[in-house]
Amino acid sequence: MRRRTPAGLVEAEPGPAHHIEFDGRPVPALPGQTIAAALWADGVLAWRTTRVGGKPRGAFCGIGSCFDCLATVDGRPNQRTCLLPAEPGTTVTTQEGHGRADLAV
Amino acid sequence: MVGAGVVGAACAYYAARAGLAVAVVDRGPVAGGTTGAGEGNLLVSDKEPGPELDLALLSTRLWRELAEDLGEAVEYEPKGGVVVASTAAGHEALRAFAAGQRAVGVIAEEVPGERLRELEPHLAPGLAGGFHYPQDAQVQPALAAAHLLRAARRMGAELITGETVTAVDLGPDGAVRGVRTDRRRLAAPAVVNAAGTWGGELAALAGVHLPVMPRRGFVLVTEPLPRVVRHKVYAADYVANVASGSAGLETSAVIEGTPGGPVLIGASRERVGFDRTLSQEVLRRLAGQAAELFPVLADVTVLRAYRGFRPYLPDHLPAIGADPRVPGLHHACGHEGAGIGLAPATGLLIAEQLTGKQPELDLGPFRADRFPVVGTA
Amino acid sequence: MPTSPSDPSSFGPPADASSGPLADPLFDPLFDLAVIGAGPAGLAAAVTAADLGLRCVLLDGGQGTGGQYYRHPAPGLGAARPDRLHHHWSAYTGLADRLAAHERAGRAAFRGGHQVWALERTGDGFAAHVTRGPESTDRATVRSRSVLLATGAYERQLPFPGWTLPGVVTAGGAQAMLKAGLVLPGRRIVVAGSGPLLLAAASSLVTAGAEVPAVVEATAYLGYARRPGVLAGVPGKLVEGAGHGGALLRHGVRLRPRSAVVEAHGTDRVTGVTVARLDARWRPLPGTERRIDCDALAVGHGLLPQIDLATELGARTRTGPDGAVALAVDARLRTSVPGLWSAGETNGVGGADLALAEGELAAYAVAGALPEAGTLRRRSRLRAFAELMAAAHRPGPGWTGWLRPDTDVCRCEEVPVAAIREAVDDLGAGDPRTVKLLTRAGMGWCQGRMCGPAVACLAGSAPGSASGGPGPDRRPLGCPVPLSQLAAGPSPESPAS
Ligand SMILES: Cc1cc2nc3c(=O)[nH]c(=O)nc-3n(C[C@H](O)[C@H](O)[C@H](O)COP(=O)(O)OP(=O)(O)OC[C@H]3O[C@@H](n4cnc5c(N)ncnc54)[C@H](O)[C@@H]3O)c2cc1C
Ligand code: FES
Repeated sequence: MRRRTPAGLVEAEPGPAHHIEFDGRPVPALPGQTIAAALWADGVLAWRTTRVGGKPRGAFCGIGSCFDCLATVDGRPNQRTCLLPAEPGTTVTTQEGHGRADLAV
Repeated sequence: MVGAGVVGAACAYYAARAGLAVAVVDRGPVAGGTTGAGEGNLLVSDKEPGPELDLALLSTRLWRELAEDLGEAVEYEPKGGVVVASTAAGHEALRAFAAGQRAVGVIAEEVPGERLRELEPHLAPGLAGGFHYPQDAQVQPALAAAHLLRAARRMGAELITGETVTAVDLGPDGAVRGVRTDRRRLAAPAVVNAAGTWGGELAALAGVHLPVMPRRGFVLVTEPLPRVVRHKVYAADYVANVASGSAGLETSAVIEGTPGGPVLIGASRERVGFDRTLSQEVLRRLAGQAAELFPVLADVTVLRAYRGFRPYLPDHLPAIGADPRVPGLHHACGHEGAGIGLAPATGLLIAEQLTGKQPELDLGPFRADRFPVVGTA
Repeated sequence: MPTSPSDPSSFGPPADASSGPLADPLFDPLFDLAVIGAGPAGLAAAVTAADLGLRCVLLDGGQGTGGQYYRHPAPGLGAARPDRLHHHWSAYTGLADRLAAHERAGRAAFRGGHQVWALERTGDGFAAHVTRGPESTDRATVRSRSVLLATGAYERQLPFPGWTLPGVVTAGGAQAMLKAGLVLPGRRIVVAGSGPLLLAAASSLVTAGAEVPAVVEATAYLGYARRPGVLAGVPGKLVEGAGHGGALLRHGVRLRPRSAVVEAHGTDRVTGVTVARLDARWRPLPGTERRIDCDALAVGHGLLPQIDLATELGARTRTGPDGAVALAVDARLRTSVPGLWSAGETNGVGGADLALAEGELAAYAVAGALPEAGTLRRRSRLRAFAELMAAAHRPGPGWTGWLRPDTDVCRCEEVPVAAIREAVDDLGAGDPRTVKLLTRAGMGWCQGRMCGPAVACLAGSAPGSASGGPGPDRRPLGCPVPLSQLAAGPSPESPAS
């Protein structure tokens, strides 16, 4: 018997997978998935470190309200990956703290 | 002391230090009034020579002393202020203003336009010039009030929150005997009105007229950032707005970083009573002016906005000291947009007066009976 | 398969359509009704309002309709059977089809990716200030005579040691990521917290292939289900409950009532949890701890109404039996703000059936029409049940017993329990606002949504208990907004200007 999976459950026939880039390595993504979903599917749960304690964080609420899933996406910091679609070629970088170190004076 | 804002806290601190038995009463929590809704600038730069500047200079010294004990806890930062002008005429006006201030002990260093970005690398290019005021500083207002009160409590003061003062008790001789709250009587030969924007109501409880009115202000708070603004930076027209008596909306860019990370963007001033409605026009102007001064901010996100009601008296000076109309009644309110900065001086002067000393500054200009009664109060 | 409303090609004019605003009645600058939130309540309201002849715009921050409950896979995932993740899927597709028909006829418009961050009262009604798209790309202003708030709820969280570890996710978040993205946070997922959502989440997770070693529920569990009088009125609920129960039984999921996860273990990600028994006040009982290995934890304590847009306008609120602050509405679902209606979870959390009924009723009220008596009855039955459920799952005060001084309460600003206790014990803070001012708890990106209930509890006051304080949480900005969009100011017309 086929192993139970989310895709199996809803009899999904997704379009062909593409890739996003996460910290320099390719991560597969299905059309329509968010960045956070693609990372989860690849077993990645953390893509940010906190400002004060430097602790790893990833998606928590999954619906855009906790802002824990922030990452630097295509060079722009503080993007909510649970909302942003994973487009072919999207680059995602683990964000350190506020993600704005370049502005420091 | 009626009011647990920063002014009430400073009064309690200095009074307790002078050995008086002190109780502080507030209907809300500590810093629940305007203190919790301001920015915490300790400024001399925006004040022209006169009684308020004297008060500010005294406060500058006192804050520095306080910072030795409380410094880190209240996020005291002697960061200095930078006032900028976009036009040569504006720069000239600043120059004249600074000359007057220097005469009374303010340190003001002229900064030519091309050197502004050495002080503040993210400032917009092409500004005519500015002035650097190294005496300007900053604290986190709510922490300042809370730690002053904690220190006062350690010296024996009592803090009563969540109780509203409903009456000021007067004896047959017309002198103060204490206050009543919704829960108890507090007997005291002296009552200090540190009720901020609500100081007029408290004065009325004692039967005297004090026209404190609210002047609304909004502040925008950005996402946490690294240090992008080093000083407190503001545009030259801020000084004019502060001093203006207009009821209409006035805004000028006032920008500063905080140890917590966010940049604070002020400041608006308008007299609309206690209306809490968010104003799109205020947001538009504050954000627009901030981006004009620091173009880098256009790209950042605003997380929050908050509003407060500055305690405003018609001549922009606070009411400080004994009220000649009611023996035992003292005022320490009406500091408008400068109460955080002016709190220690106010507290010290009140404590000096309460203990029968000669106050360090002449309290004449701050007398509460200086306003004519309009109509029948 | 019915038209999927999240497929932009099949669903209405794009929000930035610039084709002659005057020619198209939908681009009239003033709609009769703006419905904010396209979940069950908002969808039902918009469709009913359009049926009744109102020109209606439906706004949602998400790209498609459905809200949290009817969240479904993106079209690109090609799900043939999205219904397998939903009860009453046909109720959704029915509404989505009707909305699509209204859109084609020019009677209603759906605008996805429209996150409303402030509502403003104007001379002729309201202006909804919007930031658009998941990246907050630009700004729009939508004007309408009246507004119906159907913004739903977000999950209530109570902190515990380790709750910030990657792999600890909200129960609703695990559901949402599964329903929309067909992904799981791990293979062996403990589900914990309190409330009916836990059962739904656990049952989705197991049917999608996860192993769920335990559902850990803080209350005695389903105490209210033993009150047949109330349940008899809500057969839908019973069926739903039985459905979840059946799936859980089939997969051998163990239900642990009167228990809580008191710690999550791991360094870079969760590797296990400690579960302890609770007394009736939710205090963990020493000596009852046991460890369960897992690679993810889905946790939540019910839902909190999302009502900032209304409280900012001064709308009256009430505190429900679950301790959550909701909007106070009258029998016709009017808030205390003239022209502002509210339906669904914003009036107190009660589930999708109740939201559907309230959405419909509110639309009738806005249109000044008489609703069906049956819907009115259904709504009051469901409301009564919701209140009962809310009371059963109200967090007990003893939960703070599982905190440690170094447990972060505020996830955004990393404020530990010790800092909050200092503010309360030494600095005179007795309410959430003062705690926030003194500790930064609640000042971060999420604006206190995750830590709010915990901070209120540690401050010794329930949210909204105003001791001269500010009343319910007030957030002038309903969500973060780019500074440049604030600087741009409202657009004078409806979109596309
Ligand atoms: C937007 C904005 C920005 C500002 N920025 C700055 C700045 O950068 N620097 C600066 O120095 N100042 C600033 N201010 C001004 C500053 O906040 C005020 O001047 C200061 O808070 C006044 O302190 P206070 O203690 O007099 O009043 P409050 O802090 O308002 O305290 C008064 C207290 O009295 C209590 N009270 C009133 N009536 C009663 C009663 N009957 N019984 C019991 N209690 C009562 C109230 O609950 C309140 O807690 C700003 C103000 C605003 C609005
Ligand atoms: S996971 Fe909460 S905002 Fe993305």
